Amino acid sequence: MSVRLRADCRETDVTVIGGGLVGLAIALGLIRNGLKVTVLDEGDIALRASRGNFGLVWVQGKGDTCPEYAQLSRLSARLWGDFAQELESFTGIDVQLSQQGGLLICLDDAELEQRQRMLCAMREQAGGDYPFKVLDHAQLKALVPAIGPHVAGATLGLEDGHLNPLLLLRALAEAFIARGGKLLSNASIGEIRQQDGGFSVVAGHDRWNSAKVVLAAGLGNKVLAPQLGLSAPVQPNRGQILITERIQPFLHYPTGHVRQTGDGTMQLGDSKEDVGFNSGTTTEVMAQIAHRATRMFPLLENVRMVRAWGALRVMTPDGYPIYEESRVCPGAFLVTCHSGVTLGAAHSGPIADWIAGKPEAFSLEVFRAARFDV
Amino acid sequence: MQHDLMFKRLANEDGGTVLVEIDGATFNARAGDTVAAAVLAAGMIPSRTTPLSGSSRAPYCMMGVCFECLVEVDGVPNVQGCMTLVAEGMKILPQTGARYLSMAEQEMYS
Repeated sequence: MSVRLRADCRETDVTVIGGGLVGLAIALGLIRNGLKVTVLDEGDIALRASRGNFGLVWVQGKGDTCPEYAQLSRLSARLWGDFAQELESFTGIDVQLSQQGGLLICLDDAELEQRQRMLCAMREQAGGDYPFKVLDHAQLKALVPAIGPHVAGATLGLEDGHLNPLLLLRALAEAFIARGGKLLSNASIGEIRQQDGGFSVVAGHDRWNSAKVVLAAGLGNKVLAPQLGLSAPVQPNRGQILITERIQPFLHYPTGHVRQTGDGTMQLGDSKEDVGFNSGTTTEVMAQIAHRATRMFPLLENVRMVRAWGALRVMTPDGYPIYEESRVCPGAFLVTCHSGVTLGAAHSGPIADWIAGKPEAFSLEVFRAARFDV
Repeated sequence: MQHDLMFKRLANEDGGTVLVEIDGATFNARAGDTVAAAVLAAGMIPSRTTPLSGSSRAPYCMMGVCFECLVEVDGVPNVQGCMTLVAEGMKILPQTGARYLSMAEQEMYS
């Protein structure tokens, strides 16, 4: 076996670092812009938030302290129908997108009132255009007969929905490859540097030269960003999810904590834990999740759990995304968020267009990381 | 339901019989049989259909791994037949597709 002493040099228009939901959605959008795109994905040691998430295409309540984020989430939700169709036309994969509205179930009156106040404020901020309904117990029971007797009510976001996130990840990868994209796995990133008006990225035995580079490496962005004059102060935040046996459909709306997939499986979430890079599960948290789910839907008491997992969210200090082109190294872009599903259609559309060099459809100034330097 | 039986019982010492009901018919299982063994001996094949494609299945690994032996036991759906011993008077039915979680069931258990 020979050892290669020098990296093989390869050319591409854009190098995207990170082959999860964020990186692949952007990469697909860059191809749509006529660019030659290479995605460098880490190996199986990667933290892979894209393989652990819940699958909501969620709008209600998002961005209550950042109107631009609320607008971006809603824009993406509106783009999702066409994006899902595009993915299916290239891959034959139906990602099971359903956008019939989503429920945030409130166990007590105080929670429901607080939620209503927040959504009313967001509606005001949106100039009245923010479609939601507040449902009391009776109204909720009419919509979802299986709801538990002690649930106060729910807010119904009319723009909310869900999809199958694992099918989405597969569809993105297949569509990207079908359209000529190059997806490399086990590509641990070494040095990234600026050269000849472009960038040079070392990945394993190869060196990739490109005019632009996009950091979409989730929690890995934290280490990569400073090499390009960027900052990604992201932290892991663990969520645990329980999965049940498949059952006949009874829940026709996704909820913030419980959803039934297109295959009949129930997904029960979630938790928000600060436990570093530990992506495991704990009995205590699983019991809390199961307890809450059965208060919402008592019939789940008799359902069998078949597996559970933990996954690490990619969280900025304020929870909002970072979209930024480096001022020190123009052509280097940073993208990070914790809603790779909801924002997927926007990433593949306007965000990819912005990276490709089209005029910004809307200002991304508010999403710069400089907001954390105070 | 009754196909030509694929399995023949070994003649061994008599540990006694357990009377169960398999898909509505009484059946003499042997003491110590698993539900899956009784299902195969009785010829209830297929013993389930899958939730998504509806294809037909029967007990396979007999050691708790493959979940092909799911049946309904005494009204409880999706029971792993190979991990459950027969008991006198037990009622065993095929598992057809995904189970139901009906409101009626909820009331029955509460």
